[in-house]
Amino acid sequence: MILEVANAGYTYPRGPEIFSNISFSLAEHEVLCILGPNGIGKSTLIRCLANLYRLRSGSIRLLGTEMAVLPQVEIAKKIGYVPQAHEIIFPFSVMEFVLMGRAPHLPAFSSPGREDYKKADQMIDLVGIGKIADKPVNEISGGEYQLAMIARALTQEPAILLLDEPTSHLDFGNQIRVLEIIDQLADSGISVVMSSHFPDHAFLTSNNVAIMQYGSFMAYGLAEEVVTAENLKRTYGVDVSITYSHDVARHVCVPHKAGSCRCGGMEHLQCIGHPSVIASSGR
Amino acid sequence: MPGRTPVEESMTAITKQISEIYLLIRPLLTGKIVSTLLIYGILPILFFLSLFVGRYEVPPSHVVQILAAPLINLLPDQVMHIEPGWTAAEQNVIYLIRLPRVIAAVLVGAGLAIAGAAYQGLFKNPLVSPDILGVSSGAGFGAALAILLSQGSFIIQVSAFCFGILAVTITYLLSRFYRTTPSLILVLSGIIVGAFFTALISLTKYVADPYEKLPAITFWLMGSLASVRYTDILLIAPPLLGAAVVLILIRWRINLLAVGDDEARALGIDTKRMSQVIILCSTLITAGAVCIAGIIGWVGLVVPHLGRMLVGPDYKKLMPVAFLLGASYMLIIDDIARNLTSAEIPLGILTAIIGAPFFAYLLSKRSVGWT
Repeated sequence: MILEVANAGYTYPRGPEIFSNISFSLAEHEVLCILGPNGIGKSTLIRCLANLYRLRSGSIRLLGTEMAVLPQVEIAKKIGYVPQAHEIIFPFSVMEFVLMGRAPHLPAFSSPGREDYKKADQMIDLVGIGKIADKPVNEISGGEYQLAMIARALTQEPAILLLDEPTSHLDFGNQIRVLEIIDQLADSGISVVMSSHFPDHAFLTSNNVAIMQYGSFMAYGLAEEVVTAENLKRTYGVDVSITYSHDVARHVCVPHKAGSCRCGGMEHLQCIGHPSVIASSGR
Repeated sequence: MPGRTPVEESMTAITKQISEIYLLIRPLLTGKIVSTLLIYGILPILFFLSLFVGRYEVPPSHVVQILAAPLINLLPDQVMHIEPGWTAAEQNVIYLIRLPRVIAAVLVGAGLAIAGAAYQGLFKNPLVSPDILGVSSGAGFGAALAILLSQGSFIIQVSAFCFGILAVTITYLLSRFYRTTPSLILVLSGIIVGAFFTALISLTKYVADPYEKLPAITFWLMGSLASVRYTDILLIAPPLLGAAVVLILIRWRINLLAVGDDEARALGIDTKRMSQVIILCSTLITAGAVCIAGIIGWVGLVVPHLGRMLVGPDYKKLMPVAFLLGASYMLIIDDIARNLTSAEIPLGILTAIIGAPFFAYLLSKRSVGWT
């Protein structure tokens, strides 16, 4: 196991408890998707996994070693952290920004050399932003910025990638592009932990899914077992349908909305007499 | 082509050749080489030019001879020898007045510029200057207090240096006491401590004898390099240059701090230790600069911006350029200060009178990357 988390708990200094008793492990090639409502502590958990916050209880073992005793530089050689997008004041070019990922591999008084530039170039090409490598990071789109942050984390040459809501703030096309890249990375051997607001994304990329609710993992296991209508109703308070779509050969998650189809039974057989259609026609 | 004479054809061929050659060398003219030459060449040129100008008139040929004599006279007399064709007064003006003053201007300007650049990265804010943590107010109070107590210039300098460092220490301890968002609370603590020491400066002025000590304090605070001697330089050069070397060595990593503390830590940087190092170095530099030159604003704010316009925000390139530009800027300001009028103009006034419109112009160019 690359990462083993046992009974992890975190409390803000002089503040409330955020989560407790979280246990899971991460294997090579594995993608773990963490779902849960806003403000439940997904980002905090990911920060704990990156050793930015110290756990109050429990332990995290990175490649068999207790993370609390590892120096941050050693952790940075194994774990790449992609935070949520935030404003950057100084107009670093995408290349300069991605190069910063080499920091854990460089001595304190040195700066990146030819080899480091080569690695940064590779990762920029891998995520497909070669065309904007010279542009300032504060002038590129949200999707390009997300990809630049992933490229920076990859130049760390990590075994684990932690992504905090990599698809929020992105348009539909960029969401899928980012998920495809995460898939590729997992195929190449990197383990991924990501948080998401979209249950459907769990089916797109993940092996395992955890739903965070009530200060712990409410459910944890294979996507098909965890992302159920019942669990999502308990988590988000909305009705969803989980059905198998033959068109895309996977499970899909769609929210209910009464009377969404406007054919009135003329186009789809299923619309005739469907309770939601009948209910909405009375409006 | 029909209707064209051989002459015409050869003319077009030549024009084409010329334009091709021009296209080849154009990048050299507009691109890196010229700007690199400008950035690196301007400081030595200004350094020597500054030795030629001053209120006491020394013929340029004498300046050259005075400067060259010690070097050339090292050679055996048969090879080359310069007979003194200048007066002792001229030699004293060059070696005992202008040269230490020019060296001090270089140290102060370069130091303030890289300290400002480092702070702007540390605080992720392009509006930060080296005195943000209260060092200048503290040093100003230290000097004012020493003047009030009728001390000599050595004690004034030591007092300024120590109080500058004391002010930043108080700021740092205060920010540890609150223990919240580190860089924001540091800036706020700096404002608190700065205001406190500024009030103490006013108090010193209020109780000072209005005919001798009050003007002395006021002039000291406005800044000047007029009385700089080699002993002053020997006193401040080691801490100032030492701190500057450290900042230049860790410069690439300041990039990571400038992007964000969390990300820097996730990339393996000990952000707490690194900000301590930056604060310590910038404080040594600024306290050293204040104690020989008085309070000089604007250099630490404007020069890093000028550097970013020329080479971009990457600290790997920015720090050496800020060092050179800061020194050049200070040399120009000091040359104006001692030559424009028959009386010395205080440096603090000039840096702002020239710096403020210049900064306004820079921002209007919109090539800084924000606004």
